[in-house]
Amino acid sequence: MDYAVVVIIEVLYAISVLALISAGLAVIFGMMRVINLAHGEFLVLGSYAAIFSNRYGVPIYLAILVAAPLAGAVWGFIVERLIVRWLYGRLINTMLATWGLSLAMMGAFVMIFGNTQTGISAPIAGFTVGAYQINGYNLFIIAMAIVVMAGLYAVMKGTRAGLVARAAMQRPDMAQAFGYNTSQVYMWTFVAGSALAGLAGGILTPIFGAIPSGGANYIAKAFITVITGGASVVSGTLASASILGLVYQIFTFLSTSVVGEIALLIAAVVLLRILPTGITGRFLRNRV
Amino acid sequence: MKTGREILLTAIVGFIFMFALPLLLSHYTLTVLTAFAILALSLGFVWGYGGILCFGQAAFYGLGGYAFAVAAINTQMPWLGFLAAILIPAIVAALLGAMMFYGRLSDVYMAVVTLVFTLILFKFMNTTAGEAYRIGSARLGGYNGIPGFPTLTKPWNPTDYLYNESLYYFAFLLLIALYLIVRLILKSPFGRALVGIRENELRAELMGYDVRLLKTVAFTIGGAIAGIAGCIFANWAEIITPNMFSLGQSSEIIIWTIVGGAGTLAGPIIGAGVLGYLKIALGENSGLNNFFIMGIVLIAAVLFLPRGIFPTVQSLLSRVSLGRPRQRISRRRRSRAG
Repeated sequence: MDYAVVVIIEVLYAISVLALISAGLAVIFGMMRVINLAHGEFLVLGSYAAIFSNRYGVPIYLAILVAAPLAGAVWGFIVERLIVRWLYGRLINTMLATWGLSLAMMGAFVMIFGNTQTGISAPIAGFTVGAYQINGYNLFIIAMAIVVMAGLYAVMKGTRAGLVARAAMQRPDMAQAFGYNTSQVYMWTFVAGSALAGLAGGILTPIFGAIPSGGANYIAKAFITVITGGASVVSGTLASASILGLVYQIFTFLSTSVVGEIALLIAAVVLLRILPTGITGRFLRNRV
Repeated sequence: MKTGREILLTAIVGFIFMFALPLLLSHYTLTVLTAFAILALSLGFVWGYGGILCFGQAAFYGLGGYAFAVAAINTQMPWLGFLAAILIPAIVAALLGAMMFYGRLSDVYMAVVTLVFTLILFKFMNTTAGEAYRIGSARLGGYNGIPGFPTLTKPWNPTDYLYNESLYYFAFLLLIALYLIVRLILKSPFGRALVGIRENELRAELMGYDVRLLKTVAFTIGGAIAGIAGCIFANWAEIITPNMFSLGQSSEIIIWTIVGGAGTLAGPIIGAGVLGYLKIALGENSGLNNFFIMGIVLIAAVLFLPRGIFPTVQSLLSRVSLGRPRQRISRRRRSRAG
């Protein structure tokens, strides 16, 4: 019984981590068909923002939940204006340019922070279930994943901004004809996605810490989750994060976490072979 | 230009470079740059002419290296290893390509599959430390890689190793030969059909070409060439590590190709040589981080030189000499589409 609780929490945790690190990328890809390959470095940036603002006296929750997304948003704004906006509609070129950005940011992190791992300790203590120890912060991550996903859904379905954003993505010409500046909409969508990336980086800092090369780990998983999910932002991400997170955690329990990661990657490839346009390309169409 | 004359001309230019370059740089450095050039040639063919953007060309490069080392250790006959370094990446590329092209995956999805495939290999190879992971008498060695395998020898004298100067000339001759082979492939009906697919896949298909098959074959050829590059690298470094599969390696190949000019064959080779040298030179006196510079170069190339340096210079030169711009439609299309 205790073991079952532990397993369930671990599975939920794996799914939540995937959902969190993919959310920002999913917004940018799902809405704008732009793949930001520097997404992983945006998360690392969020981590550094959280760590250093905390070190200079910002309370830890403020550092994680405010400073980190703020850093992501500001940097996303700069990147969109300088690089991404010239490349809309050229998917491959955006991927290449943002890959370059990813390398450059990684190099910059090494030059600024040095090639070492830094971190902050988790603000929530662990507790025990029967004979097992559970990391209390994992529950916080699960809660935050739910909040982020629900928030995304609410914004896109329920607010005027979400409506305009979706309209601008589906029919840019029509949105423009109704007087909305699509270039601005794109910009703010990219900023929102970047803020989500920073937030995810901040939330995950107490678990993974911050290391200059850490982005590569994030981007692979996020990229895979988003592509496997397909074009629908919330439902696609949730569906693929659930499947891939489940596969990962099962194989991690059976063997080691490396086997789990390999199983996750293979599962993604198999899924794409069966559903070439992602899960929401076939199921749950036209959902948010 | 007649095919015969072009081959002759290319060979002459190649030989001039082969003998002129050692005046500038050491044979040791040039050998690894040649391996990079062969690697860039493989992506230049697959991406520039086949229109297949492979984010995981490093996978075949690494497989070539590992296939060579494992076969050479087991048979003690390095030339069998050389064959293995061509065959195994080719077979793997054929399987992966068939899966992607017969599955009709589109651009992004193909990118993710090739990227993931490379990551799987990278992660797997990093965990193969210990006795359990061995192929024949070759231990895969995990993070530390495989050191101490027999390297290539002169075929007529098995104790005379290809080393430093001789390895360089061997590698460069291979580069010239592979360049010519790819040129000939592109002049063949198969090559023309491939370029047709790149320009308009649907039209090629409606004309009766089996797009899936042709792309798979092109991908396989690319894999084989990358495998040869891996074999040269293994002979040069005399050790192979999982880093050959790393994302950094994959990105470098793409950077060389795009900076040199996708859609040409000489461009990627030049890109690999120049940027590869830049990286080595920067590595020696590292004030700036290597990744930082490579990243900036890639961003700048995508934003300002989407056609690559080589085609840009080429069209500038022809504009100067002819007095009017001579642009090929295919090139213009290329830069717009990808």
